[in-house]
Formats: sequence, structure tokens, C-alpha cells
Amino acid sequence: MAEATFLDSTELVLNMGPQHPSPHGVRRVILKLDGEKVLGADCVIGYLHRGVEKIGENRTYQQFTPYVDRMDYVAAVSNGLGYCLAVEKLLNIEAPPRAQAVRVILTELNRIASHLVWLGTHALDIGALTPVFYCFREREEVLTVFENYCGARLTTHAFRIGGLQYELYDGFEEQVKAFCDMFLAKVDEYEELLTGNRIWIGRLKGVGILTAEECKAYGVTGPLLRAAGVKWDIRKAQPYSGYDQYEFDIPTGENGDTFDRYKVRLEEMRQSVRIIRQAVDRIPEGPIMGKVPKVIKPPVGEAYVSIEAPKGELGYFVVSDGSPQPYRVRVRPPSFINLQAVDKMVRGGLVADVVAVIGTIDIVLGEVDR
Amino acid sequence: MASVPWEDELTKRLQDQFGDRILEFSTYLGQNFLVARPEAVIPIIEHLKLEAGFDYLVDVTAVDYPQRPERFDLVYILYSFSRNERVRIKTRIAEGATPPSATGVHLTANWLEREVYDMFGIRFAGHPNMQRILLPEEWQGHPLRKDYPITRQDDRWVQENLGIESAQ
Repeated sequence: MAEATFLDSTELVLNMGPQHPSPHGVRRVILKLDGEKVLGADCVIGYLHRGVEKIGENRTYQQFTPYVDRMDYVAAVSNGLGYCLAVEKLLNIEAPPRAQAVRVILTELNRIASHLVWLGTHALDIGALTPVFYCFREREEVLTVFENYCGARLTTHAFRIGGLQYELYDGFEEQVKAFCDMFLAKVDEYEELLTGNRIWIGRLKGVGILTAEECKAYGVTGPLLRAAGVKWDIRKAQPYSGYDQYEFDIPTGENGDTFDRYKVRLEEMRQSVRIIRQAVDRIPEGPIMGKVPKVIKPPVGEAYVSIEAPKGELGYFVVSDGSPQPYRVRVRPPSFINLQAVDKMVRGGLVADVVAVIGTIDIVLGEVDR
Repeated sequence: MASVPWEDELTKRLQDQFGDRILEFSTYLGQNFLVARPEAVIPIIEHLKLEAGFDYLVDVTAVDYPQRPERFDLVYILYSFSRNERVRIKTRIAEGATPPSATGVHLTANWLEREVYDMFGIRFAGHPNMQRILLPEEWQGHPLRKDYPITRQDDRWVQENLGIESAQ
């Protein structure tokens, strides 16, 4: 038998994380490598598990609202919207039109903020240092709107079951419009930095491919599914909060690779601006809270309500036993389910692509672990 | 639950195929669900996937009713892209029962069933990797059971691994 030399390739198991500079929180990926080639990946998660679903069973319906913001803290407004809609469904009520319009505006602003965090950190992972500063600069404007509206920037607790707690502040419309006018040019600026950049293309094109069939098999939704060519967005498929009144397109990709996901998310930001502009122009007058009892006790029953969160389908399955506390709150987290496909996406690729793939899924570990 | 019966061509087909293994077809708040015997669940999911276009398993979860003899509700949520429709499949299982895994039909069931095991202690037969997913593997107890109070923790694990008396 020939003596082993350093040229022989052997399988190597490499631990990536839980503390690792490639961002997106605390998680561990166990990689099986043959040289630079990835043979498989296993995720170890749960480092941020706080038992959010258990907490839900031990709080009243209203008390639980701020907790949901702490799952996907980059898109707290979406989390709150999904939960409020689920409880409203159980109560069989709808928020008044004015509240719905404000909800749409804030949720779309939050989608932009979430995509900006993704774009900045993803580019940083790949080695482009500039975009993160640009992205966070514009995100700051969005967070200022949130701060002016409800006093919080990140975990906003913007909505209440049945509508909104706060009326709009003076100058809200102008500030949002000014943001829209400013922001579209900025998206072009990001494109200028990245889209034609040879390194960017080289690192992203053909990396981490998921076909439409694979996406469906793994339950992968959101921009990943759309980048694979499936024109599916819950805002269009099963509209909520009056999304059917607004005109917007669903951007799709063709190849289902990391580059297409980048293109899809950029276009989604432009479409969000389109929605916000329409909504802000015609915020109806009227009350901001529906008729909701002081103590919420939905009739015995259960409902599943999902929304198109920035990361994919965010669902709440709420079971009521008629008491003031939910009997069960199940959160269907898009990050958790999309992360499962990471093994499929990195298999056969290079170890350097693992960072690109984890970046492209756009996970927030607060939501993965709950 | 004030649900009303659910009847359309889909329920008719399922009725023909599965007969009395499906106990109930209902609609509550405009959402369709069916209740089936545990052994029929995977065949129904497979049938819905292959014959009716329900190709996306949205979620698998459980609800604990400790006072019932069949203590757990297992809930599967399915979606069909072609029909733009959601269906919930529910079944009742007893403590210690090992329902068959859905991983053979939908890959996404892998982590979802692991989470159900982690939180409720329901083991799925035929699952490729039936381990905890969010809590540490050695953790004692399954937190989303109703007899697991919110203040409880695995004292031994916390003391051994975190080096502190209590995490509460």
C-alpha cells in the first residue's frame, strides 16, 4: 500500500460557528469536505431558542404581540402583522380601512429595511465592503419613520389586534413620500456597484441553485422560490390587508441561483416603493381600531393565517379554547424552513460558496430558533 | 368549534378513496380541514400531492390536550400552487404512539417533525434522523406539553453545561 502523502485527499469535517464572522447570528454548520469541495452540511441550531410559542400560551392575546417582534427582529412589523391578522381571523373581525392602509405602508417599508440589511451583509460576506454603508444609510430613513410613528426602531410593536394604537403623526405622508423619491435612485446605485461587478457575478452566478421543484419539495418560499421562476406571492395569491387594491408586479428569476435571488430582492424593493406610493396617496379617513373587546376571548376554534414576510411565508396557527390566553400559538417561520435546504444548496460546491449560500437564504436566527 | 361541513369534488374523491378512514370534513372561518385516522394521514398527503396538486407541505405541528385519551392533535397544513388552496389534515394520537413520518412524501417534513419531537416528544417512525433540533440532545422533557410549566428547566443540564445554579 502506498504511503499516504499530503496529496491524498481525505474527508475533513469542519465546524463553522457558532461564533463565526460571516454574520446572520449564532448557528453552527458542520461541513464535510473533500479538499475545497463540500460533500454535505448539517446545521446545528437552537442557540437563540427562547420558547416563544410557550410564552404565547402563558400570556393573553394582547400581551403576546410584542414578543413576536423578537423573532425576525429585522422585519418586526411583518411579524406583528401576521399575528394580529391571525387573532383577528379567530375573532372574525377586520381592521378598519385606514388601519389597513397604514399597515401596508409600514410593512412595505419594513420589507425594504429587511432587504437592505440582507443586501448589505450579503455583499459584506462576499467581500464588497461599500454596499453595507449605503444600505444602512437608507435603512436609517426607514427606521426614523418607525421611530416617529411608534417610538421604537427595531422591535416596533406597531400594530394592535384590531387595528393600530397610534394615529399617524403630522408630516408622515410627506416623510414617506420623500423617502420613496430618494430611494429608487439609491437602488440604481446599488445596482451600479454590484450588478455588473465581475467579482460579484463570479461569486453569485450558478451558486446554490434550487430549482422550482426542489423549492416546493423543501417548502422553500419567498424570494428563493421566485428566483426559481415561480410567480407566487401571498400578497397576490391570497391577498390580505387590502393588497388587492394596489398595483405591483412579482419579480421572478430563471436560474434559481444566488444571483437571481439578488436581482429578485432588488426588484422587490422597487415594487414595495410602488405599493407605498399608491397607499400613501389614498389613506382613507376613519377610525384606526376595530371593535375589539377589552379582554380578547376568541370563540373555541383554530385558524392558520400566513403573510408574505420579506423572507417567505410567515404563518401563525392559533388555537383558542375560549379563554383569554391562546391555547396554542404555532409560528411557521420562513427562515427555519428555508435553512433546511442549505445542505442541498451547498452540496458539490466549494467551501467558499457556503458563505454566499447562507447569505442568500436571508435567515434571521431569532426566527429560526424562536 | 362551530365548524360547518365541507363538501366539494375534492372531498368526494377523498371519500371514495379513503372511506371511513376520514372521520370529518369541515370548514371553520373559511378554512378547510379534515380529520383522519392516524394510519391514513400519510396516504392522504401522498394522494393529495400526486392526484390533487397539493405539492407544498406548509407546516407540521401538534397540539397537546392532556385530559384526552388520545392526547395529541397532529396538524399538517398543505397548499396547492395550482389550485391556490390550503387544507389542514388533523389526526389524534395517544401518548407513546409513533406516527409514520411524512419525509418520504415531502422533504420539508424532516425538520418540522424533528421540532414536533423536540417540543412534544412524539417520535415519527421511519424518520431519517429523529433527534431534537432546537434544544440540546440530552435535555429532559418536552416543553410544549401542557404538563411542562413555563418555569421548568432541566436543572442538571443547566448546572453541568452552563455552570450556574439556575437559568431562571
